[in-house]
Amino acid sequence: MHEYSIVQSLLDQCEETARNNNATKVTKVVVKIGVMSGVEPDLLQIAFDTFKEGTMCEECEYIQQIQPIVISCHKCNTKSTLEKNEYCCPKCQSVELDVIDGEDLLLMQLELE
Amino acid sequence: MCADCGCSITDSHEHHHHHDDERLENVHSNPQLNDKKTVDVIKKILDKNDHEASHNREHFNKHNIMAINLMSSPGAGKTTLLENLASIADFKFAVIEGDLETSKDAQRLEEKGIQAYQIQTGSACHLDAFMVHKALHHIDMDKIDVCFVENVGNLVCPASYDVGTHLNIVLVSIPEGEDKIAKYPVMFRQADLILFTKTDLLPYFNYDIETEKQIARKIKPNVDILEVNINDIESIQKVASWIKFKQQMRG
Repeated sequence: MHEYSIVQSLLDQCEETARNNNATKVTKVVVKIGVMSGVEPDLLQIAFDTFKEGTMCEECEYIQQIQPIVISCHKCNTKSTLEKNEYCCPKCQSVELDVIDGEDLLLMQLELE
Repeated sequence: MCADCGCSITDSHEHHHHHDDERLENVHSNPQLNDKKTVDVIKKILDKNDHEASHNREHFNKHNIMAINLMSSPGAGKTTLLENLASIADFKFAVIEGDLETSKDAQRLEEKGIQAYQIQTGSACHLDAFMVHKALHHIDMDKIDVCFVENVGNLVCPASYDVGTHLNIVLVSIPEGEDKIAKYPVMFRQADLILFTKTDLLPYFNYDIETEKQIARKIKPNVDILEVNINDIESIQKVASWIKFKQQMRG
């Protein structure tokens, strides 16, 4: 299942950041999961709790932020948060837009010891 | 020279392999209170995969090859499409094949005279950039204009992984039934071209293809859409023409 391979990447990033900051332990990890990132938040949390054993993240608190899609419309120059998976500006219905957030899986912040 | 694989892309590749892309902003530490410090990272979790994908794209670019990631659920017709393209396309192509088990798909393609390299993932449900990178070393890049990556049959996981291709083609077949696009929006959001396959079976299924196309355009406005049926050679020709057009537009 791909939540496992994502958790491996996450744990590697946590350990690398900890080492670069001369820390030996991660006490908190904050991840931001875009609703269109293709990852199921609950499964990611379960996978994290399972595979963190034996790593620097063994005792860390896991916090996840679910991020809806945020778009920037070229036509009316506004930012909006989308309620549905319909990529058009809720204000002016234009499809000329950029996606600002909501499609990625990000490691936001770590608390290290 | 790449330390890991010995391939010839130098500067930017070494940069990706050895560069620690850490953005350490807002480091708070107060040793008098406790030893904890908060570090802002703000980095994609799949960052290493994305770096490898960029490296793969550089390899393709260096050889003037346009690379296409072919995705769908199992049995929608990816391999059959490639077999049929082999007969009529006026561009030369190779295929990097991904399946959990067997080399059947690569063998089918080789029997049609197509250069194919099989990746057997074991239990991995998708291809990633590292697997594709290893496969690249087995493809004769000088002989081809286009390289397909035929991903594992799966409408979920492959959508999350950049494998280093330039374009994504997603297939959805009539017998799979309606609502697949609405149910798997992340996958269809990645598509540059959506192919509705096995359209000769439309009379036998309750399938409102025009509604499905509308749903696709809500998720990915301006996505290209084609209907394909291997008993209609013109429909395969249109796919070949789309690929050729995209290749020419790369300049």
